[in-house]
Amino acid sequence: MREILASILLLSGVAFVLLAGIGLQRFPDVFARMHAATKAATLGLLLVLAGTALQLSSPGDVAKLVLVAGLMFVTAPVGAHMVGRAAYRAGNELSPETSVDELADKLAAEAKGDRTVEPGTD
Amino acid sequence: MNLTTLIALAGLGLSGLLCLVRLARGPTLANRIIALDTILIVIITGIAVAAARSGESSFLDVMVVAALLGFTGTVTVARTIESKKAK
Repeated sequence: MREILASILLLSGVAFVLLAGIGLQRFPDVFARMHAATKAATLGLLLVLAGTALQLSSPGDVAKLVLVAGLMFVTAPVGAHMVGRAAYRAGNELSPETSVDELADKLAAEAKGDRTVEPGTD
Repeated sequence: MNLTTLIALAGLGLSGLLCLVRLARGPTLANRIIALDTILIVIITGIAVAAARSGESSFLDVMVVAALLGFTGTVTVARTIESKKAK
């Protein structure tokens, strides 16, 4: 029973990581790719870690797996935010299908020296 | 369990291959960072699957270190491209 549950968790986790890889190929611009890569891969990693924890089940090993899961959940959003911000400011192009770009107006106002827009809060 | 982990490792290999293609094709540095980040997650996942497959737990420490180093690397390169304002 335990083994079946661990297998299901492992396989579904790997399916999500595989989806992240496919999304990295199929999506049109950096930001859409980042969406696929960070979210799907993090969920997949968590599922695989849960499956491994069920399979190994000695307290020390489970503690390490929980530590990795916690680290990924804290660092993945922060890293993705920094890459997204840097990518936008470095002039990566949005896909032509993008309909709303709110940051463009803000950055233009900031460049004109309009201080009603707080710099660095976007 | 043996067959499951074999299928899982094959799926991870395919995912890593797709990430490598994106790493090679680019087209900008930001795309490459995202691809590298995903490759690192694939590696960590692979270590977890291998640990479940063999019952050998000595590689779990590697996962912790890889998770930390990956974050540091991503942040460093992100700051670099932001300050460089490429293209």
